[in-house]
Amino acid sequence: MQWFLDNVPFVAELAWLHLYQSVLPLLLGLAVSLPLGWLAWRVRPVRGVVLSVSSVLYTIPSLALFVILPVVLGTQILDTANLIVALTLYAVALLVRSVVDALNSIDDGVRQSAQALGYRPLRRFLTVELPLALPVLFAGLRVVSVSNISLASVGAVIGIRNLGVLFTDGLVRSFLAEILVGIIMTLVLALVMDAVLVLTERLLTPWLRHNRGRQAVRPFRARPVRPDAAEAAVLP
Amino acid sequence: MNLLEQVAAWFADPAHWAGPEGVPARLGEHLYYSALTLGLAAAVAVPLGLYVGHTGRGRVAAIAAAGALRALPTLGLLTLFVILLGIGLMPPVYALVILTIPPLLAGTYAGIAAVDRQLVDAARGLGMTEWQILTKVELPNALPVLLGGIRAAVLQVIATVAVVAYINLGGLGRFLIDGLAVRDPVRLVAGAILIAVLALAVDGLLALVQRFALPPGLKTSRSGRDREAIEAGPLAPAG
Repeated sequence: MQWFLDNVPFVAELAWLHLYQSVLPLLLGLAVSLPLGWLAWRVRPVRGVVLSVSSVLYTIPSLALFVILPVVLGTQILDTANLIVALTLYAVALLVRSVVDALNSIDDGVRQSAQALGYRPLRRFLTVELPLALPVLFAGLRVVSVSNISLASVGAVIGIRNLGVLFTDGLVRSFLAEILVGIIMTLVLALVMDAVLVLTERLLTPWLRHNRGRQAVRPFRARPVRPDAAEAAVLP
Repeated sequence: MNLLEQVAAWFADPAHWAGPEGVPARLGEHLYYSALTLGLAAAVAVPLGLYVGHTGRGRVAAIAAAGALRALPTLGLLTLFVILLGIGLMPPVYALVILTIPPLLAGTYAGIAAVDRQLVDAARGLGMTEWQILTKVELPNALPVLLGGIRAAVLQVIATVAVVAYINLGGLGRFLIDGLAVRDPVRLVAGAILIAVLALAVDGLLALVQRFALPPGLKTSRSGRDREAIEAGPLAPAG
C-alpha cells in the first residue's frame, strides 16, 4: 500500500499506456470487422475464408505472435506497434464472428420489411441491421476488451511498457506489493472498460430498456440452441 | 543470409534436436506442464460445470466467478505464485490451473445448458434417474459445445505454458525467452514458430477429435450451420 502511494505517478503512467494499448486495438478491430463481417455474411465463400483465417489467428499464442510480427512487419521487436497489431488481429478474429452471428440472428421479416420500404443494402445495414446487431456485437466487444487488457501485460516479457512491467520488475526484485498492485490495477482497468461498454450499449439500444433482463442479450428470434461459451462467460 | 534463412538453418541443425535442451525435450516439457495443468483444472472445473449445468444452482455465481477470473493477467498470477510459493514446478502450475478453470467451467456449463430442456424433461418422464439423465442424455447432447470448450482451454494452456519459461521453467518458451535474453533473433523467432506450430497442430488434432467424437444421433440431425458453429474453434484468444 505504501509502495503504491509512493509510486502513484509511475503506476498511473503504466495504466495509461496499458489502457491505450488495449483500447486502440479494440477500436481498430471494430473498424475492420464491421465491413469484413458484413462481407463475410453476404458472400458465402468469403465467410468460409474469413472464419478459417480468424480461427487460425486465434490459435497462435500471443507471445509467439508478438515475436513473429516484427519479422513480418519489419518493425523493431520493442515497438509498441507489434503489440497493438497483435491485439487488433485477435480483436478482428473474434469480432468478425460476432458480426456474422449478429447478422444471422436478425429476423428475416425485419430485413424484408426494410427492403419493402425501399432501403438499399448499405442504408439497411447502417440503420436497421447494425442497431439490431448491437447486443451480440457488444457481447463480443466485452470479451475482446477483457482479453486485450489481460494479454497486453504479456507484452512486458518482450520489453513493452505497460502494467505488465510491474510483474517483470516485481519478480526481479522479489517484491510482492508491486505485483499485487499490478494485478489489482489490471482488474480495475478490465472492470472500468466493461462498465463503459455496458453503459455505451445501453445508450445505443434505448428500445431494449423497458425489458432489461436476462433476455436482453438475445432479444431476437433465438438461434437454434447454441449459447456461445464466450457469451455465457460475460453474462452478468 | 536473411533472418528467415537463418531460422531455417537453425531448424536444420541437428544439434538443436538432441539433448536436454533440444526441441524434443522442450516439447516434452511443454506437453507435460500442459497435461498436468489440464488434469488438475479439469478435476475442479468439469464436475462443477456439470453440477451447475444440470441443476442450474449457482449459475450466476459460477458465471460471475469465471468472468472475473478471466480478467486476471497471466503474467501477474505467474509472478505472484512464484514470489509467494517459491521457484519450482508447482507454483506456476497452480497459477496455470487457476487461469484454466474459467474456460473449462464455462465450456462445460454452456454445453449442458445448451441441451434442449424438453429432451431432459422427456428423459425424466421416462423414469430416468438424475444420474442417468446427466450421463445418457445431457452429456452426449452437450458434447459438441463441451468439446469446443475443452479445445479452447487446451489452447489457452499451451499458450500460457509458453510464458512459464520466463519464470525459469522449461518448455518451448525457453527458446524464445533465452533468445530474447541473449539478443539472438534467430533463436527468438525459432521459439515463436515452434510455439505457434504446436498450438496449430494441437488445434487441428482436437478439431478431428471433435468431428469423430460426435454421437451418431447428433450427426444426422444437425444442419450445416450448426456444424459450422461446432467447427468454429476456440472462443477467446489464447493467453
